[in-house]
Amino acid sequence: MFDYNFHWRPVMKSLPDLLEAAALTLQVAVLAMVLGIVIGLCLALARLHLRGPVYWFATVWVELARNTPALFQLFFFGFGLGAFGLHLSPYLIVLAGLTFNCAGYLAENFRGGFKAVPETQIRASRSLGMTPWQAYSRVVIPQVFRIVYHPITNQMVWAVLMSSLGMLVGFRELSGETQFFASRSFRIFEYFAVTAVIYYAIVKVILLSSRLMAARLFRY
Amino acid sequence: MISIRDLHKYFGALHVLKGIDLDVQKGEVLSVIGASGSGKSTLLYCINGLEAIQDGTVTVDGTDVHAKGTDINTLRQKLGMVFQQWNSFPHLTALENVALAPRIVKGKPKAEARDIAAKQLQHVGLGEKLDVYPSALSGGQQQRLAIARALAMEPEYMLFDEATSALDPELVGEVLDTMRLLADEGMTMICVTHEMGFARDVSDRVAFFHQGVMEEIGPPAQIFGDARSEHTRKFLANVR
Repeated sequence: MFDYNFHWRPVMKSLPDLLEAAALTLQVAVLAMVLGIVIGLCLALARLHLRGPVYWFATVWVELARNTPALFQLFFFGFGLGAFGLHLSPYLIVLAGLTFNCAGYLAENFRGGFKAVPETQIRASRSLGMTPWQAYSRVVIPQVFRIVYHPITNQMVWAVLMSSLGMLVGFRELSGETQFFASRSFRIFEYFAVTAVIYYAIVKVILLSSRLMAARLFRY
Repeated sequence: MISIRDLHKYFGALHVLKGIDLDVQKGEVLSVIGASGSGKSTLLYCINGLEAIQDGTVTVDGTDVHAKGTDINTLRQKLGMVFQQWNSFPHLTALENVALAPRIVKGKPKAEARDIAAKQLQHVGLGEKLDVYPSALSGGQQQRLAIARALAMEPEYMLFDEATSALDPELVGEVLDTMRLLADEGMTMICVTHEMGFARDVSDRVAFFHQGVMEEIGPPAQIFGDARSEHTRKFLANVR
């Protein structure tokens, strides 16, 4: 009734390639997060403090990023822009798609974070002679960063897992590479099982380092 | 000297300050008393420019606080402020709380800013708490931290906005003692307060505010012993 024989050897043989692809996965996720944090912060500030076109630009970004499937966003940067003659490399498609998505989610996290810091903290800072920028950069943003720290960690995990969509636009990150080997050897289950373990390990390392970093950063 | 002439402040349609005229001399301690909503706290915010005004002038040592060309950030270094909710910066230790503004606003070197901070914390009796985060301090200690933070900018005037109102009763004393200490050292102070004992014993003058009008101002003996305004007498009868 169960006549499937596991063959792990081909998987083990391509393990170095898979690990290399895993490094690429991590790289694109980290880059997307760094860009996403910077852009998300700007989007949040625009939505909190600005009116007019910039506000609407930020709002449309957040709405699209949060309310449409991440896969569609990737397809937009791949096939959508391709239709207009702008052809990005698979790497750039994934990086742009993930950044777009992460920035949208992070913007809302930041917005909540800014709202959670009492207005009086700014007043106290300004009463000491700080400029608005000094009050924001030295007093408000460090507090916001703590509030959004765990949501950011979550988003980082999400970015790693979401990068697997890259295989649908021809990007040979961990999932793409696995798909490539699996379809050549037909050891589909074995390949994806090992890949799942690698994903799991990556995420575990992220969560662990996040926790260690939090203990160092937030002593209060 | 702080000079206020015909100051009017509105919050929307609400007329909060209705033509205030007031001079505070160097070295003077002025207490401002009155019911909640009488405009006392707003007066302080107008003095250091945290609130815009609609009419009149506020000048500090001859500089118009609300004039367009005024460098408000420089002017505020003269005007230390302590809030009802002490507003310590939760992500910084006591020492860092106090050292931050001298370092980034005045541009002092890190070591010097820390020395100033340590000295001011000692001054308010928190010399043992330099490396403690505000969350580990009591309300009274956090308010003293806020006082030290303002003093570290070497202000010439101190504005206290109900500095003891949010404190548990048993913690009020330590903050009032710190304020007394400053008064004894000759600091110019404007204290919006509900502590009538403090107002009577420490101030040179007491001003009574009623519905946005400064009804009466004079030495404590006059306000507490022989108030001319009906409203002042009524207010004092109720708080005592």
